[in-house]
Amino acid sequence: MAGFLIKRLLQAIFVVIAITLIVSFAIRLTGDPAVMMFQGGGSMTEEDLMRIRAELGTDKPFLVQYLSFMQGLVTFDLGKSFVGGTPVARLIGDALPATLMLAFVSMAVSIALSIPLGIKAATSRGKLADQVIRVFSLVGLSFPNFWLATMLVLLFAITFNLLPPSGMSGPESFIMPAVTMGVILTATNVRLVRTAMLETLQSQYVMVARAKGLSESKVLYKHALRNCAIPLITYFGLQFGGLLGGIVVIERVFNWPGMGTLAFEAVGARDYPVLQAVITVLSLMIVGINLLVDIAYGLVDPRIRTE
Amino acid sequence: MAAKTSRPSQFASLEFILGACLTTVICLAVVFSDVLFPGGADKIDLMARLTKPFVSAAHPLGTDPLGRDVLARVVAGGKISLLVGFTSVIGAVVFGVLMGLIAGYYRGFWDMVVMRFADLQLAMPFILLAITFIAIVGGSLTNTIILLIISQWVQYARLVRGSVLTLREREFILSARAIGVKDWRIILQHLLPNLIGPVIVLMTLNVANNILLESSLTFLGLGVDPTIPSWGGMLADGRTYLQTAWWVSVFPGVAILLTVLGLNLLGDWLRDSLDPTGRTSR
Repeated sequence: MAGFLIKRLLQAIFVVIAITLIVSFAIRLTGDPAVMMFQGGGSMTEEDLMRIRAELGTDKPFLVQYLSFMQGLVTFDLGKSFVGGTPVARLIGDALPATLMLAFVSMAVSIALSIPLGIKAATSRGKLADQVIRVFSLVGLSFPNFWLATMLVLLFAITFNLLPPSGMSGPESFIMPAVTMGVILTATNVRLVRTAMLETLQSQYVMVARAKGLSESKVLYKHALRNCAIPLITYFGLQFGGLLGGIVVIERVFNWPGMGTLAFEAVGARDYPVLQAVITVLSLMIVGINLLVDIAYGLVDPRIRTE
Repeated sequence: MAAKTSRPSQFASLEFILGACLTTVICLAVVFSDVLFPGGADKIDLMARLTKPFVSAAHPLGTDPLGRDVLARVVAGGKISLLVGFTSVIGAVVFGVLMGLIAGYYRGFWDMVVMRFADLQLAMPFILLAITFIAIVGGSLTNTIILLIISQWVQYARLVRGSVLTLREREFILSARAIGVKDWRIILQHLLPNLIGPVIVLMTLNVANNILLESSLTFLGLGVDPTIPSWGGMLADGRTYLQTAWWVSVFPGVAILLTVLGLNLLGDWLRDSLDPTGRTSR
């Protein structure tokens, strides 16, 4: 177990270093921030530029800048936004909860939909219900998420005026974005649940449970579902990255005050401390969650450790 | 997953027919769009601005606020989607399969490089990679294709590497080596034909996926030039007048949905026929 943990940790550390290095280096390629800050601001002298570079620390060698960025990441001091001068850590602190809340609600919607549907598909394998669910899953996989979001706005906000078209206000503002992401995730998840259940249903303890005369719902939800919970939790955990990516896109449709909106504003304004921070923070969260999922899986299922 | 899907072949052939029809019709319409709509997608008819769909024979799907025909623009917009979808996949396959063959056959250094790239790719969602990449090089048709190749070649490399690792221990490869066949010949003549099935399945699904990704990028303003008609670009435009002209936002989305669905149906059918072990299932 210790060997597995160390190996997995080293792998995660490599990914963290590689991602932060690549992002820091890539962002520097976008140009000299000192020049960008002056854009449209009239004339500038070489002295002004030097002063700003010294202030931002961009006059130092790349490695020094990288290390100070990493240090800032640990101490939550990520510098200031070029636009308005707000501390980047505060911008992230405001945007991250909005994105994460949406992610969890979407995941909950998807689990609530895909578990009963997946079980239904598995128990009626090859029959009509299975085919219908399969077709729905294929259609769901083919939906552009931002278009589904636009269509929901058209229907429920503009035509029937039932839900707020954008922004994060009350619980009702979560409905459309969470349903968009939840439905699209369900398209994949329903297949995973189906496959996991098909395998479990063939096992002997399910046969025993049936032979004991337990009711079908008890057999399915208590015995079978519990036993395929571990692989399912792993799949759902590994989806977190894709989920965040999707949310970043649909935040644009709903003007959701999250990390996606922050990132696109930063791209538009060439606000590179903000952009670097958003990308780094999101990637690190994904690495962290993948690591936790793997370790948890390794703890529960010893076969994984030896892989 | 051990459980193999058994389905009536009736459904499978229905899946194939539907997928093939959708894909063929859409590809033909897009390829011959200049013949079908001689006026072109950018022809402005100010007299017919904001025509509602299904009322005018000249503009069956209506017109946008500039008086451009929505149907003509949707068909022309497909050029971008199909071009990006197919070229990006071909690029990723050529590079990815080559890297996978080298990694799996020779192991060692290249194997490590490919696997570490795979780790990185898992941790970096496409859209974050896209934002970083486009912030540096700017959005354009070529850059979108390059971005998709960069983000996807690893999938093919991993798939091929996995197959090569098992194939290289098989008798026919061992005997080919024993009689002194050259490495490149073993790779091209003996390994490649044996792993092409899953690669084709993954390609079909990825053309669909890349059409979705390209349209998201263009919708977000990170993809192809907004002045060229494209589905993502039309949807981004349409969002500003969702209240007055819903049809401008509806039809390009339907086009994406049908194209991607057609390819997904074909990919699903191919997977069942070519790759029964489900290595490419998602």
